[in-house]
Amino acid sequence: MDDKSMITHSSGANTQSTNEFIKGLWKDNPVFVQVLGMCPVLAVSNTAENALAMGLATTFVLVMSNLLVASLRNFIPKEVRIASYILIIASFVTITDYGIQAISVELHKSLGAFISLIVVNCLILSRAEAFASKNTPYKSLLDALGMGAGFVFALFCLGAVREIVGNGTLFEISLFPGGFQKWIVMILPAGGFFTLALWLLLFNVAKERKRS
Amino acid sequence: MNESLQTIFINACLVNNFVLAYFLGICPFLGVSGKMETATKMGGAVTFVMLISSMCAYGIHALLVAINAPFLQLISYIVVIASTVQLVEMFIKKISPSLFRALGIFLPLITTNCAILGLALFQTNKGYGFGESIVYALGAGLGFTLALILIAGLREKLDFAEVPKVVKGTVLTLVIAGILSLAFMGFSGLNIE
Repeated sequence: MDDKSMITHSSGANTQSTNEFIKGLWKDNPVFVQVLGMCPVLAVSNTAENALAMGLATTFVLVMSNLLVASLRNFIPKEVRIASYILIIASFVTITDYGIQAISVELHKSLGAFISLIVVNCLILSRAEAFASKNTPYKSLLDALGMGAGFVFALFCLGAVREIVGNGTLFEISLFPGGFQKWIVMILPAGGFFTLALWLLLFNVAKERKRS
Repeated sequence: MNESLQTIFINACLVNNFVLAYFLGICPFLGVSGKMETATKMGGAVTFVMLISSMCAYGIHALLVAINAPFLQLISYIVVIASTVQLVEMFIKKISPSLFRALGIFLPLITTNCAILGLALFQTNKGYGFGESIVYALGAGLGFTLALILIAGLREKLDFAEVPKVVKGTVLTLVIAGILSLAFMGFSGLNIE
């Protein structure tokens, strides 16, 4: 968690708010840099569509719970804070679960239990504990939006790669009309591990380059 | 129910291994799998919490169906899991302070292990009875422990290998996990009656 250093380092109020948003996208990207919330990332990233839906659902829960936690931060007793955060998160996840079911039964089926499992996504709890519990609702909102955007971006990167190579399509539109040997392994669970390893490797290489 | 208890057990443990096929519990899987000893203990603790929360989840589900409030399912499950972990923590602290110290921060972190909540949700979705739930929890827990121990063993060996700096750590672990996941796919060919 670099929050404290982030806050002390940024000077003006304006740059600070943009920083809260930008940091989640790249510098502190929840998936590629902090390696948080791995389970849904690997499990539902077999197609780009699933990945986007999952990312948006998680962002919604993240934004709402960050807002609520930040508004209530002076009322929640310190001893029971984690339990209260989890209850807040669980309520919003239930709302999301029923919401998705109302919008598209098919999507709800393909995401399965992983919508409910947003509750235990470490990303959301860690933002509540590390950021929202110490900052104003406005800043927490920006932070949640940035982290959410970073999460969606990462999920989409994985989902797109897996769908293109594993199925030859993107958003179910065929990319290789002239026949394509599908890499079935990329759709399977093992492909999830390999694709994530590849992206992390790219990020590591980029970081090394910058340093030298 | 046409599934026999052995089928449920082998399915949960090997064929649909929680870590390698369902991607549940990846966080401790990546975090605690550095050393064999911690991996084994973590596996034991998770299996234990799984057993208890699976039994509780069975009771809660019956109760929620009776009072017709399925929307409370998620909230009550997570509360039960959190309190189970708290109880286990106090219990271990009282019985064996040395084990308590060895597990350290990993004990409270079991609460946010998605494998446990996932188990409770899956068993409800599949409509398992009490006995089946226990067998399912046992299989899932042992499968989790197995995957954790396998990875820990491989990682201990890999500490001595010379790999480029950028690959070290999470990247390497993920690649091993991918290969293990491929290997575990072989179990889906098992013909169990």
